[in-house]
Amino acid sequence: MKRLTICAALMLLAGCSGNWGWYVVDPTTPKGLINLKFMLNGMYYTILLSVTAISISVVVGLLVALPGLSPKKGWRRFNRTYVEIVRAVPILVLILWVYYGLPTLTGITLNVFWAGVFALALSDSAFQAEIFRAGIQSVAKGQYEASQSISLSYRDTMRFVILPQAIRRILPALGNQLVYMMKMSSLVSVIGMQELTRKANELIVSEYRPLEIYTVLVLEYLVLILIVSAGVRWVERRLQASEI
Amino acid sequence: MSDPQTPIISMRNVSKFFGDFQALRDVNLDVRLGERVVICGPSGSGKSTLIRCINRLEAHESGEIIVDGTVLTDNPKNLDKIRGNVGMVFQQFNLFPHLTVIDNLTLGPRRVLGLSDADAKSRAMKYLERVQIPDQADKFPRQLSGGQQQRVAIARSLCMEPRILLFDEPTSALDPEMIAEVLEVMTELAASGMTMIVVTHEMGFARRVADTMVFMDKGEIVETGAPEDVFTAPKSKRFGTFLQQILNH
Repeated sequence: MKRLTICAALMLLAGCSGNWGWYVVDPTTPKGLINLKFMLNGMYYTILLSVTAISISVVVGLLVALPGLSPKKGWRRFNRTYVEIVRAVPILVLILWVYYGLPTLTGITLNVFWAGVFALALSDSAFQAEIFRAGIQSVAKGQYEASQSISLSYRDTMRFVILPQAIRRILPALGNQLVYMMKMSSLVSVIGMQELTRKANELIVSEYRPLEIYTVLVLEYLVLILIVSAGVRWVERRLQASEI
Repeated sequence: MSDPQTPIISMRNVSKFFGDFQALRDVNLDVRLGERVVICGPSGSGKSTLIRCINRLEAHESGEIIVDGTVLTDNPKNLDKIRGNVGMVFQQFNLFPHLTVIDNLTLGPRRVLGLSDADAKSRAMKYLERVQIPDQADKFPRQLSGGQQQRVAIARSLCMEPRILLFDEPTSALDPEMIAEVLEVMTELAASGMTMIVVTHEMGFARRVADTMVFMDKGEIVETGAPEDVFTAPKSKRFGTFLQQILNH
């Protein structure tokens, strides 16, 4: 049954309707090879954009999470306000606002790349903050008490005792977030970032083959994300092994 | 250095509330340098709260606690000074599960006392030998038995070289066959002159080691006395009933 389904899907892709034109991305022809390389070139910015954005959002997310765990009400309110506001804005809207709105408001013009990074990181930081908060809260109270009883400072307690345990627990969630970032980076194409989606759109304008080109685009994301997921699982396994 | 006659810990009219529940009622307690105090009492009587107030894991609402001449307040400088002098051993061990035994022991000396890696390590090995498990230095806590974990926890406190050690029901989470090895280490510590305040139901240990027995009930210190006196002739009815229950089970 499974084989039959795959067969049917392949026949559909192979173009039984006769309307398929795989020649646009056929690597055996010079033209197809050039087009394929053109599309794959977007990989660089998709990866750079999402990895830069998530590196920033992890740090910002942690810095927003910590006041959320404070016994002081004011700090917790700051955390809630930040998370609720940032989480409520769609990423696409944030990208457009940062690129077209921010320069008018502040006079600071970001280039396409940094506008994209800023918007993605800002949006993701709210989710990272929630992930970190949950992870830190999952560490037993006794760990803080033991740290206090040996006079460890707040910073050292976080750095050496709480965060190493919390990060192990939130690693699957952080991995999800990285995958999510890679997918959301496609939205930055609307302001002209030359990443995978933008490249595909540009090729379609000259080749008029959306079906084939978007299919390749789907495969590009699929391969990228499967590799990243495997990487995340590998890191998880290694951390678990080191804990025994 | 305080002279042995003046108390190293002094609690005056200490009260503590959890919401509407009064966990401590006007507690007065003096502990001399080198004194071994065992606190017992039914669960919920405030024993743990009392010793947790001494290193401010709990903050008391009224009254005064003076540890080695320093008044216990939220002032971080005072707090650091007091916590540097007071070690604590917990019921649930509270070892750091992601660190090896040796790293559990050296973290405080390195980060708080500023010892070099080599000095911290040799100090850690010294105390691991004292609790008789130097061979477990490179293992993770979860690879050890409960008794071994609690001995590591005791060594971790000792590595900070405190003048006072607090024990919060150190054997209550242990299987019966492991209680003896932990009590043995504690007895040895007591013999070395360490000032100890121990919350425990181990009455045999109390009888052997304690200079002073403290019986608490409903947040109050009901009776204080030398073990030989209170065990044979408890003055209060509540303590008498408690001793009967605990010794005849």
